Amino acid sequence: MTTNGSGPLLEVEGLVTRYPVPRGIVGTLARRPRERVHAVEGVSFRLRRGEMLALVGESGCGKTTTAQSVLRLVDPDEGAIRFDGTDIMSLSHRKLRPLRRRMQLIYQDPYESLDPRFRVRATVEEPLLVHGIGSKAERRQEAERALELAGLSPAALYLGRYPHELSGGQRQRVAIAASLVLHPDLLVADEPVSMLDVSVRAGILALLDDLRARGLAILMITHDLSTAARYADRIAVMYLGRIVEEGPAREVVDNPQHPYTRALLSVVPRPDPRDRVAPEILRGETPNPVDVPEGCRFHPRCPLAIPECREVDPELRRPAAARSERHTAACIRV
Amino acid sequence: MTTAPAAELLTRDPSDFEEPRRRRHAVWSVIRTQPQATIGAIVLLAFVVVAALAPYIAPYDERAKVGDVFEAPSSEHWLGLDDAGVDMLTLMLHGARVSLIVGFAAALVSMLIGGTIGLVAGYFGGKTDVALMRLTDYFIVIPDIPLMLVVAAIWGRSLTNIILIIGLIYWTTTARVIRAQVKSVRERVYVKRARALGAGHLRVLFKHVLPQVAPLLVAITVLSIAVAIFAETAIAFLGLGDPTLISWGRLIENAFSRSAISVDAWWAVVPPGLAVVAVVLACTMLGRALEDSLNPRLRVGHLSVRHFRLRNLRTEEAR
Amino acid sequence: MSGERVLEIEDLHVWFELGDGRELHAVRGVSLALEGGERFGLVGESGSGKTTTILAVMGLLPPNASVAGRVLLDGQDLLARGERSARPHRWSDVAMVFQGAMNAFNPVQRIGDQIAEPMELHEVAEGKEARRRVAELLERVGIPAARASRYPHEFSGGMRQRAALAMALACNPKVLLADEPTTALDVMVQAQILELLTSLANDFGLAVVLVTHDLPVVAHVCSRAAVMYAGEIVETGPVEALYHEPRHPYTRLLYAATPELHADGDLASIPGAPPRLDRPLAGCPFQPRCDRAFAPCTEEHPPLLGVGPGREAACHLNTAVREVQA
Repeated sequence: MTTNGSGPLLEVEGLVTRYPVPRGIVGTLARRPRERVHAVEGVSFRLRRGEMLALVGESGCGKTTTAQSVLRLVDPDEGAIRFDGTDIMSLSHRKLRPLRRRMQLIYQDPYESLDPRFRVRATVEEPLLVHGIGSKAERRQEAERALELAGLSPAALYLGRYPHELSGGQRQRVAIAASLVLHPDLLVADEPVSMLDVSVRAGILALLDDLRARGLAILMITHDLSTAARYADRIAVMYLGRIVEEGPAREVVDNPQHPYTRALLSVVPRPDPRDRVAPEILRGETPNPVDVPEGCRFHPRCPLAIPECREVDPELRRPAAARSERHTAACIRV
Repeated sequence: MTTAPAAELLTRDPSDFEEPRRRRHAVWSVIRTQPQATIGAIVLLAFVVVAALAPYIAPYDERAKVGDVFEAPSSEHWLGLDDAGVDMLTLMLHGARVSLIVGFAAALVSMLIGGTIGLVAGYFGGKTDVALMRLTDYFIVIPDIPLMLVVAAIWGRSLTNIILIIGLIYWTTTARVIRAQVKSVRERVYVKRARALGAGHLRVLFKHVLPQVAPLLVAITVLSIAVAIFAETAIAFLGLGDPTLISWGRLIENAFSRSAISVDAWWAVVPPGLAVVAVVLACTMLGRALEDSLNPRLRVGHLSVRHFRLRNLRTEEAR
Repeated sequence: MSGERVLEIEDLHVWFELGDGRELHAVRGVSLALEGGERFGLVGESGSGKTTTILAVMGLLPPNASVAGRVLLDGQDLLARGERSARPHRWSDVAMVFQGAMNAFNPVQRIGDQIAEPMELHEVAEGKEARRRVAELLERVGIPAARASRYPHEFSGGMRQRAALAMALACNPKVLLADEPTTALDVMVQAQILELLTSLANDFGLAVVLVTHDLPVVAHVCSRAAVMYAGEIVETGPVEALYHEPRHPYTRLLYAATPELHADGDLASIPGAPPRLDRPLAGCPFQPRCDRAFAPCTEEHPPLLGVGPGREAACHLNTAVREVQA
């Protein structure tokens, strides 16, 4: 496959994805206007090979929808998505198929993402079968290689197993192996460790880190800021469908600019009981993405809100107190 | 602090893995373990074997007149003779073949139609689902007896027609149950994953969805056999059956039309009736037991009264 | 904290029958003491037995479970006569918030009615009085009282968790057992719920056992904690001591595997997996995965011994050190 080695592997610009909310009989008869869930409302970012970007946010912020839109598992409404230079927004699903091999998704739930009736061998070989790659012997070899790469060694010990014989961490590695078998360029990991025991998480995260070092681009969706801080190169914080802050991971965590990011970081519990931070607990909950506030979408809950915030919808720009050029935040007060 | 090792440092001891469950076939394990299912299966099997061997074990020829009309049971004729002087036991055995063949064949037809419609509707959803379910609703509404009368009148009374009619009327339950199950399986992560990596619909349906649904399909089909046999009996009883074939329903019809009851010839009526009841009951028991185990919506185990037991620690230490 | 022991667990064992003759020894001799008003953390990963332990305290184990040991509530043994002795205290003295409680509401019953239900069952209040108390409880947990007439699906996850807390407090219990109360919640909502839990414990004088796998949550809410592994308690003590001076390798490694926001060190992972509990265990259950195992660890099971004021740990390393010092 030809690769544009220097440019970013993935470029997303102004992505918008909305879901219609079903109206029900009364709504249809009364001709009520169709409500839409504004899941993703203008998201832009770039991802290079060998880089890990963490999309961080709470539920309803649109991070999962963004990932699904990028993979075209959900069709976006507006925006541009360029994968290795090719615009994939306009491609038909058939034309998309060869490109799909280069972008793989790792799911959150290792207990549900493997077909219980398939042995490990069948699960890992399936992508090759689906895309008609290799002979039986070659598929077997590729599967073993992928399992070893995913840390399940010796692969022969695992090939004949059923998912229920494996632990959560092992199952997640099988899922990762199944995605590696197609030699992808981009891995999207949706909360890859949130359902695993703490003692097992580092192993999986280290594996992802290792894959990144080997040149894969990784888009990690997570709600866990500590994990993002440690493993990602860059963090993008999302709120109600927009990125409200983005920058190098360390910078965003040590020097947060957007009030939402600050509040989030302040309420993350610390393992050291002596490490007491005054938590900025925001009142209420994230509003329903059907009903996005006017102006800055965060202003109803923002401790720094002024009247102007109700009118202006801020763009991402470099805050005054930022220490890095690439650190941006969408707030008129910083 | 230890750095995270890249390889999952596991013991090489295979016994450290969870106990590998032997691949149980869900259906077989239910039959083995639940008494209701075991009895049903055995009875059904017995009838099938008897019916298969009918030509060899029947004492007399099924068309030969061997005595008087409605002759009472005796040591030579265990079930007496019917309205044409033919041996009832022979007729019963031959009738079993027809009744069971119609039952199984019609159930197969309804499984194929209902299973396919349920699979397609549940998997694709949307407009396809709506359209197919509308079709299903129309078929539910069709009254079976009038339809059979019409078909008999127009296309004649043949075995094939009867099988087709029964299959065409009774597939709707299968379709609905399978559709519900498919809808839930479709949402499982591994199915979505297979789709995401580019697997075509056919592959996903046959490799991932169908295997999950198959045991339940078997259960529903078994229940359909019961319904089909009963339907065939009704059809034959109404005189709409194939005139060239003997079935249990036909036997009952013969007996009634010749007023067997008024001459107290119970042996012409009761045996076929009991046979139908026995087979239908066996199928129902087996089918229900399978369905209860395999249909996740019917799980009610968690509603049972739960009481834990107490143990004496001292006896534990003694172990 | 009142200083008097409101809940005591003495040498609790729980077995589960697995069919085909095997048995899972899920809880292996757990002992705990809880003082009134204390917030106590019970930490462990999946399979450690922490949920089974508190289910045993509530007497909510399934029919294939058998139990040994004592659970003393104000001196009375709840398990003495099985279901019969446990039931009268259930909810009125010891209440529980279950894992995924927010999804455990009856979808066709109004929230207010569901919270009133235990009040009526335990004859604490009924009718108008019950409704008044429900309104009070809802306000206390941060839900406007008017919402009592709504159905569960009209509430968000966080609100439902608050309602679950209200339901647990319906009969004014002395002890609240919370099983992973914030696991499925966003970090901001989690902060709100933890703040609520703390203030409720203070206002109502509740003793709280917080069961979780999340060490930072325990550090935030609890004063003392116990770490469970393979059905046993391997260390207890004040949360500060557990973090700064762990006396069991598992505790230390668990903290090492927990990412911290501002620290950049390598995260540890503990290789291997917990032992199977359907077989007898020899020696220390953590030994196969331990980075400091030595001679006695494979043979002798380390007893839970005092290692300081209010601190206990089950590790041979502690006795070895003492011997060296002696």
